Parts: sequence; structure tokens; C-alpha cells
Amino acid sequence: MSASTTVSSTSGSSGASGPLTNDGQPLKRSLARALRREKFRALLLISPLLVFILVSFVMPIGDMLFRSVENKIVEQTIPGTVRALASWDADSAELPDEAVFAALADDMMLAQEIKIHTRLGSRLNYDQPGISSVFRKSGRKIKGLDHEAAMAGFIAIDPAWGTPEAWTTLRNMKAWPGKFPATAQSWDNWKAWYLSEEKEELDPATTIPHGFTYAALYHDLAAMPASSIDAFATSKNTDAAALFKNLVGQVDSIPSDDFKAQFADIEKGWAELDNWQAIQRLSPRIVDSYFLAAIDAERTAEGIESKPDNERLYLKLFVRTIFMSLVITGSCILLGYPVAYLLANLSVRASNMVLILVLLPFWTSLLVRTSAWKVLLQQQGVINDLLVWAGVINEAGRLVMINNMTGTIIAMTHILLPFMILPLFSVMKTISPTYMRAAKSMGASDSLAFWRIYFPNTVPGIGAGSILVFILSIGYYITPELVGGTTGVFISNRIAYHISSSLNWGLAAALGSILLILVLALYWTYDRIVGIDNVKLG
Amino acid sequence: MKIIYGLTGAFALSAVAMAASAADELPACENCVDELTIVSWGGAYSNSQIEAYSKPYDALTGVKIINDESSNEAVPKLRAMNEADNVTWDIVDVVASDAIRLCDEGLAMEIDADEQLAAAPDGTPASEDFGDLLVSECFIPQIVYSTTFGYRTDVEAWGGKTPEDICAVFDTATFPGKRALEKRPINNVEWALICDGVAKDDVYDVLSTDEGVTQALDKLATIKDQVIWWSAGAETPQLLADGEAVIGSTYNGRLFSVIEEQNQPVAMLWDAQVFDLDGWIIPAGLSEERKNRALHYIMFATDTQRLADQSKYISYGPARKSSAPLVGKHAELGIDMAPHMPTDPANATNTFLYNYEWWADNRDDLDAKFQSWLSQ
Repeated sequence: MSASTTVSSTSGSSGASGPLTNDGQPLKRSLARALRREKFRALLLISPLLVFILVSFVMPIGDMLFRSVENKIVEQTIPGTVRALASWDADSAELPDEAVFAALADDMMLAQEIKIHTRLGSRLNYDQPGISSVFRKSGRKIKGLDHEAAMAGFIAIDPAWGTPEAWTTLRNMKAWPGKFPATAQSWDNWKAWYLSEEKEELDPATTIPHGFTYAALYHDLAAMPASSIDAFATSKNTDAAALFKNLVGQVDSIPSDDFKAQFADIEKGWAELDNWQAIQRLSPRIVDSYFLAAIDAERTAEGIESKPDNERLYLKLFVRTIFMSLVITGSCILLGYPVAYLLANLSVRASNMVLILVLLPFWTSLLVRTSAWKVLLQQQGVINDLLVWAGVINEAGRLVMINNMTGTIIAMTHILLPFMILPLFSVMKTISPTYMRAAKSMGASDSLAFWRIYFPNTVPGIGAGSILVFILSIGYYITPELVGGTTGVFISNRIAYHISSSLNWGLAAALGSILLILVLALYWTYDRIVGIDNVKLG
Repeated sequence: MKIIYGLTGAFALSAVAMAASAADELPACENCVDELTIVSWGGAYSNSQIEAYSKPYDALTGVKIINDESSNEAVPKLRAMNEADNVTWDIVDVVASDAIRLCDEGLAMEIDADEQLAAAPDGTPASEDFGDLLVSECFIPQIVYSTTFGYRTDVEAWGGKTPEDICAVFDTATFPGKRALEKRPINNVEWALICDGVAKDDVYDVLSTDEGVTQALDKLATIKDQVIWWSAGAETPQLLADGEAVIGSTYNGRLFSVIEEQNQPVAMLWDAQVFDLDGWIIPAGLSEERKNRALHYIMFATDTQRLADQSKYISYGPARKSSAPLVGKHAELGIDMAPHMPTDPANATNTFLYNYEWWADNRDDLDAKFQSWLSQ
């Protein structure tokens, strides 16, 4: 920096490139470099904070919000089925063919072994009610499936198929895994299953896979044109040629395990078309189903439709959340404004006392304050008792002020009041009393002077307080949960429910994303109408 | 549930609790950590566990025990820990249905009852001693509790009548006043159907149909405007004590403390009470040393004497048959605990069998329908 500050007057004469510094550099470049260094140093200073925010805030929230569209679970749990199902025409009114059921049997065998099938069932159940129990029940019975028919068929054609060498040969072929997608998938499943069941790595030199893999091989071969098998049988790879020689023209004779019938037998849900449509619909890794559910819609065969009346929930809750937050913000303004005015106009001593009264509840535990409201508001509570005692209401007419919307509004107004009073107070502090005196000296009445002079000056405080209260209340959930009953709960209560009870994290993330977008949209509107520059915290 | 009836006879014996002799024979823990994080429900329940299990265990082994009160959100937290591959809990107290769910999802470790749990003092293997209560391969039962109703005994509007069966809850004409019910379908839909004329044995068949679910919700709808929905076990006792609710469901141990410890004008309604189980699971994926320590603790904490000891502090029935004769008196009040056990013959004349498997299969569906119904 020192170099550029001692810009030498001698270098001023160095022509069109501008003044030079002592070391002969153009001043402009030297200055830019110094500034860049400064900026870098400043960035270095805040970098711990930046990294902290990135790691502890942006990334987890981003990850959470991403769950609203993320849907890897289907492909991860039943990969073979997803692949085989891709070519199925969901509108055909026919169940998927045997190859899909064979893949499902194979996938489920592994999934129940490593216990991931119920998770998938729960996931699919969000969009297809009833399918969860289909997965659970099948998981319990999957080990009883007959799966040796195809295997026996291969061995009957050529006993060599019953040896580990056959599989080594197969896996060394150039066509593997490209032309044997189902078999390759099944082989991987088998390897994982073996590891989980036997607690050791599979040794391909000594073991042959289970029947499901033979069934997969059969379906791969059946899907190929006959010429491919001829090509294998005559290929230069002599091991492979020997293996496939006897299969030529024989593939059709291999018996089927008829997994389709077996599945329909263990759980009738597998014979229902809509379950399969749901699986196919939810196969992609990114889906919009959570967002649709979050706006009470669903994707049916006819496209996106609203849910039936008795299942709609979320749109109503969003509207209620915004409405109640607005009411709470409004009542905070009404109650907070006079208090802030009082604070700003008392002597310092007295105003400090009042300020402590404002802050004291602020420092008290949220749960304590909410519980206190329960004691006050309930039907056998203090307020009702007083009213009955004073004869305002009779015993039968006790007011219902809690476990409903009223309860939530009262308790939350109280809890959020300091967030309104404090910005209002600090703005009012800065309004010079001379303004009001000037207005009055020019003949304005008290109320005119207040509305024309004082109030407009406090609008930035109202703006700041309103934003704070509104945004805080829109995401509140503890207080509504405790005093809101069923009519006074917010959308955030449903988000909490889906996070901790139903474990539908995707839907919770979608609801959370919508709430975030809603808040940003409201903020933007606010900025357009009031202007964010007109907001002051003091 | 057969074994619960077996238990009941034994309760009449009300034997005096013996000194902890089995504890002296506790084998040393090999290759174990010296710290244990135990997750439970908090409140009186955690206290009973600390008094009956953790303090004696600590005295014997010197292991540092950290108590966490997160059982009500154990399933989502375990799932998150599993996803993050960082399980920080060693032993978790959960209800049976959660244990089944955790076991199904591979989040809990499988236990071999005879290998890893203590045999009864007479040598009966643990699997026989616990019997049918071993509802999941991952679940080590601890107590039998029941969800049942308590009511206020001083409601003037009832004109001297007292509720005698579960259907009083749905009879707002004879028994006016607010009801407290749990904010979830489990138990509520069963009670609704029973009071709508469905035979107890048919409840789950009826519930398996859409019409059955509608029928149950319609029955609940008849009292919906009179219901305060609770989500924490402590709420109903509080509501009853305040007179805010006149009848409400909760766990029998909570009612015991309202009635016997706090002397509130509240009485128990032992009808169509639903038995349920609570017990331990060990999360899957612990290191060998932590797993050994957890198993060592479990072996101690679920032996016959320890389970009987717990009933000195809370009115839940021990899950082992062999513990029943050892149930004694309340540690502070000095009253006999046996008549307050949900399994006592006088209390268990009309019980309802909760179907774990049915709920495991249908919980997601019913929850969604119930929550939507609730918000209508």
C-alpha cells in the first residue's frame, strides 16, 4: 500500500500510460493489485464464518430440501425390476410379463435379506396406499418361493451349466454384461446376498448362483434373437461355444418358475395393476410426487388431479398458516405500539424498568410461557374461573379459549411481542420531540400531529417488527402444537409430524420448500410495496 | 398374550423382594467400553429404570451411564444416525411396535434370547421365561403396560353414575364432558369399532376394509368436538387433575401416580384395556466393544430380579414370568403393587389384544387417513 500512496510526482511525466509508482509500475495496476490483496485479506478474515455457514447451514438445508425430489430408493432396492419394468406399457391393462416377476423375486430375495424392502414399501405407500403391506408380507414369504425350475432346465440341457466354471466362462464373455443385463444384475444381487447370508465374500470358483440367477439368464436368452445364441455357440471363445452349443434351439424348452403365479399367491397385491403402475411411475431418481402431495394433488392414470375432498389437507393448512401469522402480526402491532411509545417517552430510569418487564418473559423458557397460557386459558382455568366468579358467564358457558385457533393466536402474540416492541422502540427513540412540537406550534391538533408527523416516522419500525414477527410465526410449531388443538395448528406442525412420526421426509422437505418459497415471495412483495430500505432496526 | 394370563395368577403371591444375589454372579465384561448411552422416555419411567437397573449396574461395574430422554423420537433419530453412519446410542427403550419397525428396517440388532439374556433363577431359558412377549427378534421385553381410561369421580353432571365400560367414552349423553384421546389412530379406532357393535375378535378384519375405517372414524366423529387430543403421556393425567377432561386414555402407570401418589379424585376404568410392551433394542452397527457393553448391561438389567425391582417404582408388570412372584411393595408409598398391575386378574377381566403385525402392515395408511380426518 505504501508504494501506491507515495505516488511520485516525478513519474507524472511518463506519458500516455498514466502516472507510475516508485518501482516503475503504472499506478493503476499497482493500486488494483493492492486492493485485490486487501479484498483477499478481508475474505480470509471472514472465511471461517463463511465455511461454517456453508457446512453447518447451507449444505444440510440444501440436502434436506433436495429430498423433496430425490427418489433413488426404488432403483437402489429393486434395480432389476426397475430395469425390466421400463419396457412395460402401463396402459396395456396387462400385468408385466414373467421377466419382471423373475427380477422382482431376485431383488426381493436380496432386499429382505439386508432388510431394505420395508423401507421401499413405506416409500411407495406415500403414493400408493396399501402397497406397504404388500412388501412386508412378501418379504416374510419370499424365502418360500420355488426357484429351481429354470436351473434344473439348464442343467438338463447340459450338466456343465451346474458348474462354477460355466459361470466363470459366461462372465468372461465379451457379451457380458451388455447382452445379459438381467443376469449381470442378478449375479450382483447373488454376490451381495451371499455376503450377507454367509458373512464372507463369494468365491466364484467354487459356487454356482441360486435359481433366481438362472431364471434371469433364461429371460435374457429368451429376449435375444435366436441368431445371437447361434453366434455364441460358434464364437471363437471355445469355452463359451461349448457352453452354448447345446442351448441352440433349446431355450424355449427351459421350464419357467412361474414367479407371476407364485407372487399372486403370496400376496394378491402383486396381481393388481395399479401397484405396478405406481412402481413404474416412481422408478425415476427424481420425482415430483412429494410436491404434488404437498399441494393435495396426485398423479393418476389420467394425469395430475386433486385429491378427494376428505384427503385434502395441506393447501388449507398453508392458507391457515398465512392467515394466522397475519393476525398475530396485526395484534402484535396493536399491542406493541403503545408499549414502545411509552418506553420511548418515559424517563431513562422508568423506561429501563419497563424494558426489563418486556424482556423478562423474553428470557423465560418458551415451554413455561406456553404452559402458563394453558393454565390461564383452559375451561377450568384462571380466566374462566374469574369470569364465572364475577358473574359474567355461568358455569355451563365457560369459554373455550384453548386447543383451538384462539389459543394459538393469544399465546403466540404474547411470545412474539418483544420482536415487535424492540424495533419499534429503537426507531421511536430516534424521533426528535421537536417535530411534534413544531407541528403543534403550527396549529396541528394532537391527533393530527401524531398521524401526520409521528406515525409516518415510525413506519420503518413497524416494517421491521412485522417482518420479524411474521417470518417467525409462519415457521412456529411448538406453541401451536401445545395450545392449538386441531384447528389452531400450522403447516410447520405437519412438517414436524412428517419428520419425526411418519418419517415421510420427502413430503416434509417439499412442504418446507414451499414454505420457504412462500416466505421469499411475500418478502419480495413487501419489498415492492413498502421497500426494504424503509425498514429500520434502530 | 397367553402368558399374561399365566402371569396374573402369580401376582397373587406377592412375595417379598429378595436381596440382589444374582448380581454378585455377574460375569465380567470382556473387551468392553466403559461408557454407555441409554435412551429412554424420561420422567417417572426413566427413574424406575435408573433405580432398578442403572444404579446397581454402576455400583457393580463402575461404568459411566449417560441417560438420554429421546425415546419418543427414537425411530427417526436412529434412522438419521444410520444414514449418517454415526450411531451414538447404545441401548434404546422403545415400544414393541417401534421395535418391530426398527428390526424390519435393519436398524436394530437381532438378539438370541437364550444366548444373550440371563436364564431364570430356576434355570428356565430366557426364551421360555419371556414366552410370547418376544414379539420381534430384536426386542428384549421389559414391562407390560396397558393403555386404559381414567375418569374423574366428582363430575356433577353425571348424576352419581360412574363409567363401567369403554363405551362410556362415546356416550356423551350420560357422561358429558371433554374426553382426552391420543392423537393417533392406534387404539382409538379399535375402541370405536367395539363400541359400534363390532365383536372384539372381528375388529382387525373390519379395519382391513375401507368401509371399516370409515365406520371407525364416523364413530369417533360423534365425539370429535368433545375430544382433546394428546400426544405426550403426561397430558391426560394433567387434564384429569385440572378437571379439563372428565375421562381420558393414557398409560396405566401414569394414572397410578395421579391416583395413588397425588391423591386426585380420579379412578381407573379397567375395561378393554390394550396391553402393550415396552423393552430394549440395541441399534445395529455398533462397534464390537460398545456392543459387548450394551449386551452386558442388557443381560443384567433384564434378569428376573431386576425386572421385579422396577415394579417397586412404577406400576408396570415385569415381562418375565419368573419375576411375577417377586413383585413387592412401592418403594415410597409402601402399598402392594400387585393390584395395580395391568395384569392383575381383577383388572384384566376384559382386555383387548393389540395386533402388532396388523399395525406394522397398516400403520402408514391408517395414520394418513386419521390425520386427514382430524383436520377436517
